[in-house]
Amino acid sequence: MITELGHLALWIALAAALVQSIVPLWGTRARSASAMRVADTAAQVQFLGAAAAFGALTWAYVVSDFSLANVIMNSHSSKPMLYKVTGVWANHEGSMLLWVLMLALFGVLISVFGRMIPVVMRSTVLAVQAMIGVGFYLFILLTSNPFLRVASPPLDGQGMNPLLQDPGVAFHPPLLYLGYVGFSTAFSFAVAALITGRVDPAWARWMRPWVLIAWSGLTAGIALGSWWSYYELGWGGFWFWDPVENASFMPWLIGTALLHSAIVVEKRNALLKWTILLSILTFSLSLIGTFLVRSGILSSVHAFATDPGRGAFILALLIIYVGGALMLYTWRAATIGEGGVFSIWSRESGLLVNNMGLTAATGVVFVGTLYPLGLELFNGAKITVGAPYFNQAFLPVFGFIMFAAGIGPFLSWKRARPAVVLKKTAFGLAVTVLLTAGVALAFGLRDAVGLFGLFIALWLAVATLQDLAARAGLPRVSPGVALRRIAGLPRSAWGLYLGHLGLAIAAAGVVAVSVWKEEAIQTVAFGTPVEVGPYAFTLDKVENSTGPNYQTSIATVTVSRGGTTLVTLHPERRFYPVEGQPTTEAGIATMWHGDIYAVLGDPDGRGGFVTRYYYNPGVPWMWFGALMMTLAALVSLTDRRLRIGAPARRLAAQPAE
Amino acid sequence: MIRLALALAFSLLVIPAAHALDAAEMFDDPQLEARARDIGRELRCLVCQNESIFDSNAGLARDLRVLVRERMQAGDSDEEVVAFIADRYGDFVLLKPRVTAQTYVLWGAPAIFLVLGTLAVFAYHQRRRKTAAAAPLSDEDRREAQRLLHGGDA
Repeated sequence: MITELGHLALWIALAAALVQSIVPLWGTRARSASAMRVADTAAQVQFLGAAAAFGALTWAYVVSDFSLANVIMNSHSSKPMLYKVTGVWANHEGSMLLWVLMLALFGVLISVFGRMIPVVMRSTVLAVQAMIGVGFYLFILLTSNPFLRVASPPLDGQGMNPLLQDPGVAFHPPLLYLGYVGFSTAFSFAVAALITGRVDPAWARWMRPWVLIAWSGLTAGIALGSWWSYYELGWGGFWFWDPVENASFMPWLIGTALLHSAIVVEKRNALLKWTILLSILTFSLSLIGTFLVRSGILSSVHAFATDPGRGAFILALLIIYVGGALMLYTWRAATIGEGGVFSIWSRESGLLVNNMGLTAATGVVFVGTLYPLGLELFNGAKITVGAPYFNQAFLPVFGFIMFAAGIGPFLSWKRARPAVVLKKTAFGLAVTVLLTAGVALAFGLRDAVGLFGLFIALWLAVATLQDLAARAGLPRVSPGVALRRIAGLPRSAWGLYLGHLGLAIAAAGVVAVSVWKEEAIQTVAFGTPVEVGPYAFTLDKVENSTGPNYQTSIATVTVSRGGTTLVTLHPERRFYPVEGQPTTEAGIATMWHGDIYAVLGDPDGRGGFVTRYYYNPGVPWMWFGALMMTLAALVSLTDRRLRIGAPARRLAAQPAE
Repeated sequence: MIRLALALAFSLLVIPAAHALDAAEMFDDPQLEARARDIGRELRCLVCQNESIFDSNAGLARDLRVLVRERMQAGDSDEEVVAFIADRYGDFVLLKPRVTAQTYVLWGAPAIFLVLGTLAVFAYHQRRRKTAAAAPLSDEDRREAQRLLHGGDA
């Protein structure tokens, strides 16, 4: 019964989305305020419908209702409750339902928190948002219905991929979708701007909070996925340039460009058309990501529920939305002004260079990801484009972006004085060169690529701190005054410094682990120490045990340095009988400078075990840097200027004249 | 309970044989071993989804790892080993595609995008300077500016 109600709720959400995409637009033509306000009501109904559908499916998973095909395929009665719930979105149908739920959520949030946005703009934005929704509700209802019943329910389900039965990956999709789907708001605002012809700093101010939320979610989602692959897959790696990783990375790169170009619109009323185009491109790449994952067109470790029919449906949606928006752009862009002027030496120019670099980086990932497909369609040749290509082609471009990110904050708005900028840059470069040389000599680094990476990461940190110090008035004022000034900086400035420092720290971590990583793979007997860098790993014992739905062998590995015991690790080797799959759980001890990492392999049959031991310097820095970037966006979101509704309250507080 | 026991017994039969890199196939010389791993990271496991033979647990990946080591033992250089395998399994095994006529665009992509981007930025500045210069203030604009500046009714 609940299942049927959920199915019905999804149809109701579709109906609400249809109303929401037609009536408000008619209202803007007919100048009927009540018709425009239908958008708000419809957005609420749509959200309630989507939420009810999602709730119904979740309920079916919680009570293990094996009359639903979706639950049979992806759940099992012995699964812990957490993974019964997260199993809802660990499959194609359920994750699409989460996708539209997020979309409807963003719609209702714009309606609730966007009260100060003029009704014409708000209702147009919500109408566009609903148009996206209509396509995806139809996609779910027509090709991927999660509420399908089976005639004769089996006694139990087929279980869920045990690799996904993990807290890290359980919350990876919702955060990722917060990003993917969150960028739909930028798309809706851009299309609404093209329809209404209004693009100005106020428009950017209405749009930017949603972009910040989406970007923050996407950053956290990507980092969580990377963290999961690091500790769960047991290779000590964290990023494999897999097509689906790239599919999430492209919206992140171009979304970062959008985040920066929207600042230019907001502060200087410039780069208007470009920002509109970026908004469209960002969501387009999110849609392309959805298409790549679900069509099975690219081989990837992530591709799930690959079905050509579904792929064709999403491709059609992609063509309609992206093509439609781009056609609207070419038709209406001429009506949008160019906005303010700025000199070549200016913050605006700096942000333009950032945009150019990030767009080029996105382009490289795009070409690398789709090249094998394109070439095969073109002449049938089968090639592979893997990690070595991306490391060689992408990293230099990204290094350039990070170098520019150091200089950007030195530039003042509209017209900067080249002499001042060059002087600051020269000072920062001198400090960076000294630091790089110091680190290279102290830790032994002769690899040219590693040196260059270290230099870039240090440069961004030095330049960012240098700019922060200058902004605090150092060295002219006392440290106390400087601290007070730093505390008093606007939140958006905090966002800049936290974000750029976070990037520098994460990059330093990536460089450190690629240059100084130590690994040892061997068959060991109990009690025999293995040297990995300065650490000695000793396998003490392996015990068998059982978890809620798996059997496991837990090892005890003692790690010592210079004869003193540092830490005891417990890597595991699990076996999930329902799914018939083994998984590894790495034993990891985190120190400020790196991780000690142990993986237990198969027994060799003579009393020994295959083990993989690693010392991974810098890895905790990557997670810390990603966390800083995620928080930077949220801190920026609390800036007074962006606090939605703040202008309205200030107006209300003024005494009547 | 019997059902569960049967399920367990059956599932034990179908555990995929794991062929992760293990000690038996490794070189004793750490330098040779490091070379073998670097080569392994550039070759694709043919039956996997985008994994290198170094990372993969599949049986075929293990066979390729052993083949790499055999060629190295026979005295091949890194390039010769990679070429030996690519000749037999096709370019599909190369995670790092060769620079050939059909990959010029791929390898040129970073330069192409950066050059196009730089040109676009300069073109933007050029065009803006022209439009800015082409729209000087009219006399009416000047009068309006004077009025606003001095607060009077000009």
